[in-house]
Amino acid sequence: MIHLKNVHKRFQKPEGGWFDAVRDTSLHIRAGEIFGLIGFSGAGKSTLLRLINLLERPDSGSVTVDGQQLTALSASALRRARQNIGMVFQQFNLMANRTVADNIAFPLEIAGWQQADIDARVAECLDIVGLTDRAQHYPAQLSGGQKQRVGIARALAPRPHVILADEPTSALDPKTTQSILDCLQDINTRFGVTVVIVTHEMHVIRSICHRAALLDAGEVVEILTVQDKQVSAQSALAKSLLEVA
Amino acid sequence: MEELTLAQALANLSDLAPEIWQASLETGLMLAIGLTAAILLGGPLGVLLYLTQPGQLFAHRTVNGVLGWLVNLVRSFPFIILMVSLVPLTRVLVGSTIGPIAAAVPLSFAAIPYFARLVEQTLREIPRGVVEAAEAMGASPAQIIVKVLINEARAGLISSLTILTISFLSYSAVAGVVGGGGIGDLAIRYGYYRFQSEVMIAMVLLLVVIVQLIQFAGNRLAARLDKR
Ligand SMILES: Nc1ncnc2c1ncn2[C@@H]1O[C@H](COP(=O)(O)OP(=O)(O)OP(=O)(O)O)[C@@H](O)[C@H]1O
Ligand SMILES: [Mg+2]
Repeated sequence: MIHLKNVHKRFQKPEGGWFDAVRDTSLHIRAGEIFGLIGFSGAGKSTLLRLINLLERPDSGSVTVDGQQLTALSASALRRARQNIGMVFQQFNLMANRTVADNIAFPLEIAGWQQADIDARVAECLDIVGLTDRAQHYPAQLSGGQKQRVGIARALAPRPHVILADEPTSALDPKTTQSILDCLQDINTRFGVTVVIVTHEMHVIRSICHRAALLDAGEVVEILTVQDKQVSAQSALAKSLLEVA
Repeated sequence: MEELTLAQALANLSDLAPEIWQASLETGLMLAIGLTAAILLGGPLGVLLYLTQPGQLFAHRTVNGVLGWLVNLVRSFPFIILMVSLVPLTRVLVGSTIGPIAAAVPLSFAAIPYFARLVEQTLREIPRGVVEAAEAMGASPAQIIVKVLINEARAGLISSLTILTISFLSYSAVAGVVGGGGIGDLAIRYGYYRFQSEVMIAMVLLLVVIVQLIQFAGNRLAARLDKR
């Protein structure tokens, strides 16, 4: 489903010189999987996630999603491919001047859907995330958890095959966190959407992921597997993270 | 100068009513042309200034530098000097250097970079993440500009336009004195050269009322459009 092949990303440091945020990393994420990216702050989790939809372009290596090599696409072909990859953000990133319904409609407007189809799909997505009664509210009138549900509904609207989520619960309290995780899991099981989720909490991995990549200093240290809410790990780093949790 | 009764002052003013109306129309015309130019040319220029900044969609150091420098250049001219410098251009464009339409040329020239800067500042307030979300959804640059940037900044853009209108009401008075006509010109001709202070006072009061109305309308509209 998602193939990252020897991707490398470096950033120019403000004081000059270069910083390797992701080092020559390869990763294969399977269709229908909930895949975690875990590691300490600065490990390169967000950068790796953003390489998947090319919000960051790798300096070398290739990115293939759904059999399409994104790194080889033209700008307009990449835009079409992105309509197949939803994204959910820690800070929600909703449009403040659009209602909940219009936020969810946005990716469909962009993709050129007919208005009647948009309305029907928005209603469906509102129902999936349980916000039908908030359709005409503005983001400023919602709680953090509700905003994130809008974020998820928006990502889900164009029926993507993949949803990328960058710490979608880090701005939320524990109870809301669980409900958002449940929502993502529900979408994964009902619609078979592949979910890639960035987190720094082992709890998130344990609770919804099938597998996860442990990152440190821009490299994959270990691929963790989860069975019956048990994470099996070999590396010292993974074990230390498991102890904290 | 002999004492003037209030009744006489009012009578003088009512005699001048047609001229006051005419002057108001001239001021309105100067503003309308200047503001239209500002929106049609300064608006896109402001968007371009914003989008070519580092980290933005069309980040381009040279283009951003050159545009910024041009905007600063025009903005550093005192308005009265800009007017005089543009006399030859005005003559070519309008065929005359007097009247409200001629005065609208330097007004537009000053309004375009002014509004461009206001637009740029306003767009900067949109969180980068919101634009990034649209990019991640596959939005094209045109869709991002219209559906995200302008729509998210709409309240701020109305406030910017309010500021611009009020500043240019005052600029148009200056332009009027140098042959443009309008309320400022009327105030100077009667109030200053003919010592009819009541005309001066009435024109200043008229401007005060117009400014208050513009600000009130601008605030109301901005508040209504702002859902943040
Ligand atoms: N646009 C950028 N310019 C310069 N450096 C960057 C940029 N983006 C990320 N970095 C650097 O790359 C490294 C990895 O960043 P990244 O955001 O991927 O980490 P992360 O694992 O997501 O961390 P966190 O848990 O804090 O979000 C960090 O040291 C960061 O400073
Ligand atoms: Mg991060």
